[in-house]
Amino acid sequence: MNIWRIELSRTAQANDPHANGILHELKDFGIESVTSVRHSRIFLITSDAPKNQIDTVVNELLIDPVVELARVDLNAPPHHDTDSIEVHLLPGVMDPVAESTEFAIRQLGINVDQVRTARFYQFQGNISDAEKSLIASRILANECIEHVVFGSAGSQPPPEPHDYQFQLRHVPIRDLSDDQLLELSKKADLFLNLDEMRAIQNYFKTLDREATDVEIESIAQTWSEHCVHKTLKSDVEYRGPEGKKFFKNLLKSTIAKATRQLNKKWCLSVFVDNAGVIEFDDQHAVCFKVETHNHPSAIEPYGGASTGIGGVIRDPMGTGLGAKPIANTDVFCFANPDTNFEDLPKGVLHPRRVFKGVVSGVRDYGNRMGIPTINGAIWFDTRYLGNPLVYCGNIGLMPKDKALKADAKPGDYVVVLGGKTGRDGIHGATFSSGELTAQSDQEFSHAVQIGNAITEKKVLDVILQARDAAQGCLYHAITDCGAGGLSSAVGEMAEKLGAEVDLDKVPLKYKGLRYDEIWISEAQERMVLAVSPENWPKLKALCDSEDVDATAIGTFADHKKLILRYEGTQVAQIDMDFLHNGLPKSTRKATWSPKQLPEPPENSSIDLNDTLKKLLAHPNIASKEWVIRQYDHEVQGGSVVKPLTGIVNDGPSDASVVKPLLDSNKGLAVGCGLNPNFGQIDPYWMAACCIDEALRNVVAVGGDPKRCAILDNFCWDRCNNEEKMGTLVRASLGCYDASKAFGTPFISGKDSLNNEFVTDTGKRIAIPPTLLISAMAIVPDVRKSMTMDFKKPNSSVYLIGKTLPELGGSHYWMLQGFTGNSVPKVDFKSARAIFNKVHSLIRQRIIAACHDCSEGGLTVALAEMAFAGGLGAQINLTNLKSQSGITQSDVLLFSESASRFIVEVAPEKEQKFLAATQGLPICKLGNTQSEKSFIITDSTGTPLINESIDTLKTAWKTGIKM
Amino acid sequence: MNYAKPKVLVFRAAGTNCDKETVYAFEQAGATVDVIHINKLRESPDTIKNYQIAVFPGGFSFGDDIAAGKIFAVRMRHELGPQLNEFVESDKLILGICNGFQILVKAGLLPEPNIQGEYSQKVTLSDNDSGKFDDRWVWLKSFSNKCKFIPAGELIYLPIAHGEGKFIPRDNDVLAQLQANDQVVFRYVDENGRPGGFPINPNGSVDDIAGICDPTGRIFGLMPHPERHIMPTQGPHWTRLSRKSQSGGMKIFTQAVEYFG
Repeated sequence: MNIWRIELSRTAQANDPHANGILHELKDFGIESVTSVRHSRIFLITSDAPKNQIDTVVNELLIDPVVELARVDLNAPPHHDTDSIEVHLLPGVMDPVAESTEFAIRQLGINVDQVRTARFYQFQGNISDAEKSLIASRILANECIEHVVFGSAGSQPPPEPHDYQFQLRHVPIRDLSDDQLLELSKKADLFLNLDEMRAIQNYFKTLDREATDVEIESIAQTWSEHCVHKTLKSDVEYRGPEGKKFFKNLLKSTIAKATRQLNKKWCLSVFVDNAGVIEFDDQHAVCFKVETHNHPSAIEPYGGASTGIGGVIRDPMGTGLGAKPIANTDVFCFANPDTNFEDLPKGVLHPRRVFKGVVSGVRDYGNRMGIPTINGAIWFDTRYLGNPLVYCGNIGLMPKDKALKADAKPGDYVVVLGGKTGRDGIHGATFSSGELTAQSDQEFSHAVQIGNAITEKKVLDVILQARDAAQGCLYHAITDCGAGGLSSAVGEMAEKLGAEVDLDKVPLKYKGLRYDEIWISEAQERMVLAVSPENWPKLKALCDSEDVDATAIGTFADHKKLILRYEGTQVAQIDMDFLHNGLPKSTRKATWSPKQLPEPPENSSIDLNDTLKKLLAHPNIASKEWVIRQYDHEVQGGSVVKPLTGIVNDGPSDASVVKPLLDSNKGLAVGCGLNPNFGQIDPYWMAACCIDEALRNVVAVGGDPKRCAILDNFCWDRCNNEEKMGTLVRASLGCYDASKAFGTPFISGKDSLNNEFVTDTGKRIAIPPTLLISAMAIVPDVRKSMTMDFKKPNSSVYLIGKTLPELGGSHYWMLQGFTGNSVPKVDFKSARAIFNKVHSLIRQRIIAACHDCSEGGLTVALAEMAFAGGLGAQINLTNLKSQSGITQSDVLLFSESASRFIVEVAPEKEQKFLAATQGLPICKLGNTQSEKSFIITDSTGTPLINESIDTLKTAWKTGIKM
Repeated sequence: MNYAKPKVLVFRAAGTNCDKETVYAFEQAGATVDVIHINKLRESPDTIKNYQIAVFPGGFSFGDDIAAGKIFAVRMRHELGPQLNEFVESDKLILGICNGFQILVKAGLLPEPNIQGEYSQKVTLSDNDSGKFDDRWVWLKSFSNKCKFIPAGELIYLPIAHGEGKFIPRDNDVLAQLQANDQVVFRYVDENGRPGGFPINPNGSVDDIAGICDPTGRIFGLMPHPERHIMPTQGPHWTRLSRKSQSGGMKIFTQAVEYFG
């Protein structure tokens, strides 16, 4: 068989943006010796087709003749004079371009055995060998999925996977000592503790036989922290400032309890399905899920993030009888992109590379799926260095009568639909349940998955057709294959029923997989459906017509057992009851008490003008335009309030509004709240402030606070001692109190624990406890949505809400190197009244602009409103001083007190505004002006801040340099 | 023949994702619309005879693997060549938006139809100069007097959302011919209709070209998304009270439908 090597490079005249990007990155990383870079795409085509057919492939399919030149070689690489580096994917790593190319070559009627792709780079300049290896490892390739060749590679075929010879493997567990049980847990990457291992041991003692490997794996997957959330669901004895408390199941007695007590009739399905579901209108429901993909993104940012978004999109697709994804969200926590290379521990990728890779991953997957990415946030802190956080969310829309979780019926086929199964993503669920170490990149590279968005898009296309089939939905139940793979998906669907699966029927990407690998592989883009025998041919025909793989791999059976077979031999039989209820319950102890953190001395000599510019340039506050524009936020045609807004479309929206039905004016506002800095002082107030912020955001754009649902995502470090556990309890209590007080139910949530990195010298870098609150609220009429940019000169500018001396955790103090103690607290009753009033002011069109005060306090919010609207402002602190009783200007300017909005009121609406806001804490701050200066004066008229809005905007827009 | 309500065919393939809003735009313009997967058309290629307007919508067909729109384009040449040729010759309209424009250019339907047999691609849509996917709003001015979808002299505001939208002619002759033939339909301009560098021209397109038509004016492709600005709330400035509502993309759909009126 011939291997044709096709090298496609840009013509001399054509610009090469990819090569330019590499050159730019080289400079960023301080490599100055490279003077130019050229880049070529390589296709390695294994085929017995004659040369003229290969020429057809090159000329018709591969080359862009306007900008590229092709070079075709048979079996040998060409000689290149310059320094060159070629990057190949490791065998078994997903290569979507190669898959599509094979498909297209066959469509041309030409024989092809295999296609592989590679990237080839040529460098000019006086480059040392050390630099070459840095370029390869830090910029061009990730050795956990890729293989680097210096020079150009020969065209050897990739190593052929071995045939698999079935052999049933037992794990003798009944006679193991405690130490041996723990050793087994560690050696097999089970991440189970001694109690859990003993429970498994006892189970097999009762059965009077040894376990098989796949039985142990199934139990470990089902019992993993990732799948069962055993920490948050454990019983907890807590001691805190409020006294002693006992929680029977922490989650159920805090977060879920608030939802239960609020008992909103518009909550259709909460905490039971892949996503939480609320009513949208009379005919439709919407569901929302947010997941994290932290550990995979630490090791392979692009693949980790793309499969993170790809995975969470499958949650709404697998909710009820399937929802159509209508919006993505993404929230990231990284270390500062300006971190020195010398400060990187071994095994850690540079934060700039993590940042770029993660954004590219979300971009390529979300955009290809045709789902607008509409909301997000980014937070920077050095403690995310080894363990970045990547939160991905998805909202889906579905008919209301298909919103509830449905059950498989006995006799239904277990159908796996979508991607083929490979060795990718093995042990993802258990991997995410442990901490990362300097060796994780090698040990767990098999946990990294690369996504193929088009496979998932095809799956979505057929599922929506099958759901809406004229003769009725073609399946009884559906779920996604996520963490734990088929093991989790089938295990959950069959929980109350039982199932029998023939593992040899599962379609594979390549031969050589063992039966247990097939069962736990987390290969992407797969859904599991329960399909009646009579509907199966219809579903299969539909899938065939759109090139989607669908295979019946077993049946649901009413025997309450999970039975697995391989080539006819039974390899597992576990009772569903033990699998789902056998996990030993533990009681954990937790304590929390306030700490006294140092605070900066009062300093009246701080330059407030300069401080404002520094705050605007702080990466947490600075413009995220570099990220936002790479996402298609308008596909599907429902965009109403965009993430970037204002006169030249670059101001920061508080939240986005989408209109999911083209022929209806009902909409959804989507926002979020996150502030780990507050959590350093008190996780309770962090939780309350995050909920307050998420609500503020959706209210500011026109969302109805009375029809708002929220999601929690806890990212914590190891909760292995009382203090750590205490922070989790304290945050859960904050969630409960705020949710109850606001009347805002949680509908779904997820936690990711063990977010810490252990360096090769044994130092632990734990992330700060980080809670993300995501919110979606109904917008009754999108034509009355609101944006944050000042609209006209000579309008009045008001602050709604109380400003308190709460600089604790503020960005103002962060700039000075302090966290402090005076964390913002939420006055729930007053906040709720403010949210309801702001919503009615927006609906009655009494205000012209509305922006919430968050990071950087009211001054940052005012400046953003001014430059987004291209207008100046004259602000005086006299009223605010007398209203708040605070005399220090910097406290007024930069306190991050909760529940506050700044609004613009046109002169002709001012009387109405004042009448409507009676009894609320409002304060007139000043007015907008056409002159482009932003001026804040104190009560004596002395200017504290006087800066042009263009200068302020530039500071804000250049804070994050990528 | 009297086409009171013209029938529109919207092509769909793996990765097509702007089909729903494109259908909606044509329905609002008064057409009847069907969306058909190209696998179905391969089985019965004569289906396209039933339609007056054929539309290649936006998306990432086949993941844009190899190059944007390439696999879709190759399949059109091999599976629907004669039928598309007949369609083109029978006074019907073809529209390609974003990925659809990339398909038209790579299938040999633009800048002049050459869908069967040997052809050499004369223009391409390649990586943006920025090297990145870019979602932003752009002003477009129409210049062609022959394009059946939009008259010359219009200034409209639409979003782009693409990574490979830089229009490049093979050489100066190709460009000169496009200009001489009045085939340049849209150029990127500022809000006053004047040319400029990035971000006014968002991708580095040669001669600021955002859309072209064939010599008959009946085949039209453009990178920006007219279907994403057919109602006021889709625009970026509708909450700014002082601005009157901006001209969007509806005219393109209406005029296409009216061609058969």
